[in-house]
Amino acid sequence: MRIKLEKRPEPSTLMAFATPIASVLLTMAIGVVVFDALGIKGEKAVIDIFLTPLLSSYKWQDVAVKAAPLIIIALGLSIGNRAQVWNIGAEGQYIIGALAAAGVGIAAGGAGGGIIITLMILAGIAGGTAWAVLPAFLKTRLNVNEILSTLMLTYVALQVLGYLVGGPWKDPNGRNFPATAPLHADQTLPILFPGTTVHLGVAIALVLPFVFWLIMSRSVFGFQIRVVGSAPDAARHGGFDAKQTIWLSLLIGGAMAGLAGALEFAGALKAINLGFPSGYGFTAIIVSFLGRLNPIGCLIAGVVLAVTYVGGQVAQTTVHIPNSTAGIFQAMMLFFILASDILIRYRVRFVGSPKASALPAAGE
Amino acid sequence: MSTEFIIAAIVTIVGLTTPILLAALGELVVEKAGVLNLGVEGMMLMGAICGFGATVSTFNPWLGILGAAAGGALSSMLFAVLVLELNSNQVATGLALTIFGTGLSSLMGLSYTGFIVPVFGSIFPASLASDPYLKVIFGYSPIVYFALIMVPAVAWFLKSTRAGMILRAVGENDLSAHSIGYSVKGVRYAAIAFGGAMAGIGGAYFSMVITPMWAEKMTAGRGWIALALVVFAGWRAGRLLVGAYFFGILMALELYAKAAGFSFLPSQFWAAMPYLMTIVALSVISIRDRSGGNAPACLGKPFLPST
Repeated sequence: MRIKLEKRPEPSTLMAFATPIASVLLTMAIGVVVFDALGIKGEKAVIDIFLTPLLSSYKWQDVAVKAAPLIIIALGLSIGNRAQVWNIGAEGQYIIGALAAAGVGIAAGGAGGGIIITLMILAGIAGGTAWAVLPAFLKTRLNVNEILSTLMLTYVALQVLGYLVGGPWKDPNGRNFPATAPLHADQTLPILFPGTTVHLGVAIALVLPFVFWLIMSRSVFGFQIRVVGSAPDAARHGGFDAKQTIWLSLLIGGAMAGLAGALEFAGALKAINLGFPSGYGFTAIIVSFLGRLNPIGCLIAGVVLAVTYVGGQVAQTTVHIPNSTAGIFQAMMLFFILASDILIRYRVRFVGSPKASALPAAGE
Repeated sequence: MSTEFIIAAIVTIVGLTTPILLAALGELVVEKAGVLNLGVEGMMLMGAICGFGATVSTFNPWLGILGAAAGGALSSMLFAVLVLELNSNQVATGLALTIFGTGLSSLMGLSYTGFIVPVFGSIFPASLASDPYLKVIFGYSPIVYFALIMVPAVAWFLKSTRAGMILRAVGENDLSAHSIGYSVKGVRYAAIAFGGAMAGIGGAYFSMVITPMWAEKMTAGRGWIALALVVFAGWRAGRLLVGAYFFGILMALELYAKAAGFSFLPSQFWAAMPYLMTIVALSVISIRDRSGGNAPACLGKPFLPST
């Protein structure tokens, strides 16, 4: 017996749906085994990380609030990933988006209300977009690797954040702690359900996937992105401009990350300190792949990843594993989803070993 | 500027340069074989914790280094199996390795929090290693000399040995190398393992020499600088050394700018400098090597033989 791979005439839709689910289940199974080996109650840890946030209704709002930025960033990144334009620096664009929104809030002084909040969100989008301009320019003009340039700018964004919250924007009443002053109540995003933390950003994260789905499936732009990614030569012959695709991929990625940053700031955290960057920009890359680069997929995958964040915190207190464990699970999911990609384009066949079938012939 | 200051500066710069030089040398070999492994940061962290753990358990820093190399190489095999056997996307798989290494090293490091090991310092006699002047030559950890020896060693291997020639052939044209009968996968497995081991040793420099203790995410993004260095150096070992020291000087500037009172610019400006200069350097290199430069032709592409 040996395993043989046969190319499928058409990519398998079934596998495209089944493999992300299988990846999550496999990650859970391996988690049990690995944690047991490490002397931690594996079953309990995995249940707490993956199921407790879903089963206990008081955790739902945490999941929703954590899922919102992941979904929004992943939507933008999926466009780039589809076109094979790699924006690894969403974290930096997210930070700059939040800072831009904070800047508007500070400039508005005591003023608040719908117009100011709208301006803050727009500033966030503009800030995130602006942070992606340089990588797009350098990629299209000089062919500078966008993976490295977007990532380097993330480290620069961290320093910009450190400078602003430790210097000009430091809360004068903050006991010298490097953080901005908390937002006025009328500069924060409205809460959707009184008594919860579920803010307007969650609603935006729920609606945007459907907007993106419409754009990707119904517009020429969506078609262009899909063709450039899957068949670059055909795209060139079809007259699609590769440079334009790079620009749009990076700018949309930046815009969405900036929007997520502004919403997270104005909706959830309400102040920016050195702990503001929490790695959403990187986790969103996993969301994008787990969601198969599909907008609706990103919505579901964003919730799954948010569950692991919230569950990671649960497991931290119940079975005393570090918060970083959630990162291991997230990476395992990405490993499995990437490993299973091959099943979409290839069929696995178990065939009799050629040596075994050759044996009787040799005996004749 | 006093001699003491210059010597102290050189010692600082060498310390900052060594980890990125090691990791970049490893990645250079990987990329020469046609594989792009973005997991350097994760492998460095795995090396940092494995090296530290092995030192704590054996009281022997040499075994610690061995542990670091093994930790880096073993974690790189996760990446290797995915990209070589299953043809997964190299960019995404490398990223996954970085996320995985960051998480796993934190988990493994839990049991080592609070431990301190003796600095894996100079093995020369104290009369040389601690001499205020001679320490500029003799005062370093063996890892520093290892990194410096590896520069010409890697250059020689790639240029003048048969194995190096096969490795370059695999990176330039995997299908031809395959049809002549070379094992493309075998060569790439070996290259990826070497890259992992080197990144691991580079990471261990943080946990065994710079701060002889373990801290989460202690490599602080240096793995990404190492990746940029390989592009910056045009895939040549000699230029890698120059580039690594250029970045080492930039990173030292941050420390000295604060100490020397260059306070007219915020400290964050100096901290951002190595990253900004990386972008500038990559742009300059791209202008010079318009046609894609010396990048191996098969870099990052899956290997799909027809048979």
